[in-house]
Amino acid sequence: MIENRPVLTLLAHLVLILGVAIVAMPLWVAFVASTHTATDFMSGRVPMWPGPHFVENYAHMFGQGVSTSGTPPIGPMMLNSLIMALAIALGKIAISITSAFAIVYFRFPFRRLAFWAIFVTLMLPVEVRIVPTFKVVADLGMLNSYAGLSIPLIASATATFLFRQVFLTIPDELTEAARIDGAGPLRFFRDILLPLSRTNMAALFVILFIYGWNQYLWPLLITTDPKYYTIVAGIKRMADAVDGLPQWHLVMATAVLAMLPPVLVVVGMQRLFVKGLVETEK
Amino acid sequence: MKRTIFNSQLLPWLLLAPQLAVTAIFFLWPAAQAIWQSFLRQDAFGISTTFVGLANYAALTDSAEYMNSLRVTAVFAVAVTALSMGLALLLALAVDRMRSSARAYTTALVWPYAVAPAVAGILWWFIFNPTVGVLPYVLRGIGYDWNHISSKSDAMTLVVIASAWKQISYNFLFFVAGLQSIPASLREAAAIDGAGPVKRFWTITLPLLSPTTFFLLVVNIVYAMFETFAVIDATTEGGPAQATNILVYKVYFDGFIGQNLGSSAAQSVVLMAIVIVLTVIQFRWVERRVAYS
Amino acid sequence: MAAITLDNLGKVYAQGSRAVGDVNLDIADGEFIVLVGPSGCGKSTLLRMIAGLESITDGQVRIGGRVVNDVEPADRDIAMVFQNYALYPHMSVRQNLAYGLKNRRTPRAEIDRRVAEAAEILQIGPFLDRKPRALSGGQRQRVAMGRAIVREPAAFLFDEPLSNLDAKLRGTMRLEIKALQTRLGTTSVYVTHDQLEAMTLADRLVVLNGGRVEQIGTPLDVYRRPASTFVAGFIGSPAMNLVPAAALPFADAPAGAVVGIRPEDLRLDARGPVAMTLRAVEELGATRLVHGHTGGQPITAVLPVDAPLGDRLQLAVAEGAVHLFDATSGKRIN
Repeated sequence: MIENRPVLTLLAHLVLILGVAIVAMPLWVAFVASTHTATDFMSGRVPMWPGPHFVENYAHMFGQGVSTSGTPPIGPMMLNSLIMALAIALGKIAISITSAFAIVYFRFPFRRLAFWAIFVTLMLPVEVRIVPTFKVVADLGMLNSYAGLSIPLIASATATFLFRQVFLTIPDELTEAARIDGAGPLRFFRDILLPLSRTNMAALFVILFIYGWNQYLWPLLITTDPKYYTIVAGIKRMADAVDGLPQWHLVMATAVLAMLPPVLVVVGMQRLFVKGLVETEK
Repeated sequence: MKRTIFNSQLLPWLLLAPQLAVTAIFFLWPAAQAIWQSFLRQDAFGISTTFVGLANYAALTDSAEYMNSLRVTAVFAVAVTALSMGLALLLALAVDRMRSSARAYTTALVWPYAVAPAVAGILWWFIFNPTVGVLPYVLRGIGYDWNHISSKSDAMTLVVIASAWKQISYNFLFFVAGLQSIPASLREAAAIDGAGPVKRFWTITLPLLSPTTFFLLVVNIVYAMFETFAVIDATTEGGPAQATNILVYKVYFDGFIGQNLGSSAAQSVVLMAIVIVLTVIQFRWVERRVAYS
Repeated sequence: MAAITLDNLGKVYAQGSRAVGDVNLDIADGEFIVLVGPSGCGKSTLLRMIAGLESITDGQVRIGGRVVNDVEPADRDIAMVFQNYALYPHMSVRQNLAYGLKNRRTPRAEIDRRVAEAAEILQIGPFLDRKPRALSGGQRQRVAMGRAIVREPAAFLFDEPLSNLDAKLRGTMRLEIKALQTRLGTTSVYVTHDQLEAMTLADRLVVLNGGRVEQIGTPLDVYRRPASTFVAGFIGSPAMNLVPAAALPFADAPAGAVVGIRPEDLRLDARGPVAMTLRAVEELGATRLVHGHTGGQPITAVLPVDAPLGDRLQLAVAEGAVHLFDATSGKRIN
């Protein structure tokens, strides 16, 4: 702050409080809705404060789910989301860090070609090539499987570039010292590179976990067996049925539960989250 | 470029194998398929396939629906980008004045990043629901009869708000970082030169923030064009009357629901071309930023 | 311990530029050799070729009689101390010291013994469980040396190990390195661009220029009889005055030669043959540097602080202190 202008500071506080309120409003509305019963919405006036049915609604969602729309209870769906998010995040990190290691620390024929092949994935978001990709996965028999949910999404140019960047900042002398100390490539990778990339991996993990958890189109397409439904994709199936029989309180309870894990990750690991966000855009 | 390298020809390929395999099977092969498909046309029963050259592309340019989708996408992308970047910049400028409370405000503003676009869509769908939503209730109070199921502009407003809401946190973080990287001495010098806060913003802060702004512009357009698929699908499903049928949703709809594979493939190829252009712009910018710093 | 021999050693980069050419050098067991020269003279490349970090395109390197051209750095029985120390930042000092030994499957007890011994010698015992970033520059330097000595290698290779330290610490560490090497008696090759470091540390100096050896000799030899104008200008501070013979007619030099006189070999003498026009004086405390011209050529003298100065000085040259060089080749001719 350059000079002390109380009016401006007050204005800034007002803007921020208003901003926080706008940003938080949907969450509040969803939470409030999830604590009422279906009939409370029929009056035409939406309640503004939490009702007494919190435990009942959430217990219902965990217990039997919304059977009318064929979605299973929340618990297994959240577990599927967790498995998918972890598999995508860890898978991306694993295959990206080894790729970056190969590209930075080795010279081999077609190295540039390999680099470009990875780079191209940036230009092919899943939404753009959805039909043929679906067909490939179907042909490989990967529909309705955890492998189908995660493996097609784990190629990552962004993560590869991030690790490449990290490796490029590690001084050559460190590699040379390790070579003189008798460390071959794999030992160097395990003993030096992995520990030195630890915070980058953690930051990336936060971003990728959110990315994986929030996948929508892909799980919606390749899962037809409720056993593999994820919560983010399941919520839509639930809302579709709602048109017939409005169960907004249950849909909103699901929405709150679907938001909770990634939001907790962002709030709890804000420092890593910001680092990950900024680094992956370099 | 590394000075020290390990001598092995086999090992790097083993290390690259998983990434290259996934890339080839799930990215390059389907993309090639899409390009090939875009030159083919299937009959109504999917029995015979004929090579039709560029006919699918020609059909797109003749299609009023596709032209409408292009227009809708442009309006949508510009509105989402302007709304989320504008609000984010305002909030970032406000936080930049804070000292002790900056962290708390930041936490309260960044969490929507973690909300899935589909969930964001559902939340706003509910808030704007004509019968049970909060906002239509308020709007009725001031005499506006909100209905995104029948009104095209209401539907567009809904998806723009839902998409922009989720993106504010991202833009906010980058604007805050951008503001912090402007040396305080510059603003101090301008203050000594007699520039007030408003003048300082227009003559010092905004020009120096332009790399961040430009970067966010590209990122937000990419976001609005591709990552908002879930917002659309969870809310309007492209309706009413194609009013929110953005390109990426149309590809999916024509391919999966309409089973019009040739046209869907041609649309995919057009979208790929758009992403390639945007990616190239983004990377050229990154190169420049590296050169400056 | 081992002798190191370089035989017609050379390196040409893939693009065709020559980094090092025709270097012949026999390093005796236990000898302290300093490679010195300006930046880009090939001294670091030469050291890295001995270490095995840089491929060899011509000639041979032998360590302890064994040709090591195609031997991995780890198997050459050498240890290296880097300019930026290259300590593993995520490992404690103890782990840093032990890493090379562990990779060689040295028994646990032996590792502990050697680490303790190195810590004792270098007085880094109190820091053994700290991370490198918690150490000062001087302490990191010791750890880097510790990592070399725990290996008990046939040779130490030093790549400008002191240039990241401030001047005062550099002086102290220089003495310690010398004392350590004398105590351990390990063959050492040390690269520096600092001629003072080179003079004080070396048993023998190798002066390099443009990838070639200009002169090999003991520090005093090199100082007293520089083999070329390059060496004359590089070794000794302040640098030797190098003046065309025509400007110093008394020197009895062949026409076209270059005459070299060290500033410290000049003294005030009213009957001296060198007439100097005074331009500037730098006080060093114990002595003063006097800069001026003679016969249109710049010249510097080191004079006692009590010497009377005027606009014009007459200087005499110490007995036998005139060096003569060929003007075109730069080689010594007297």
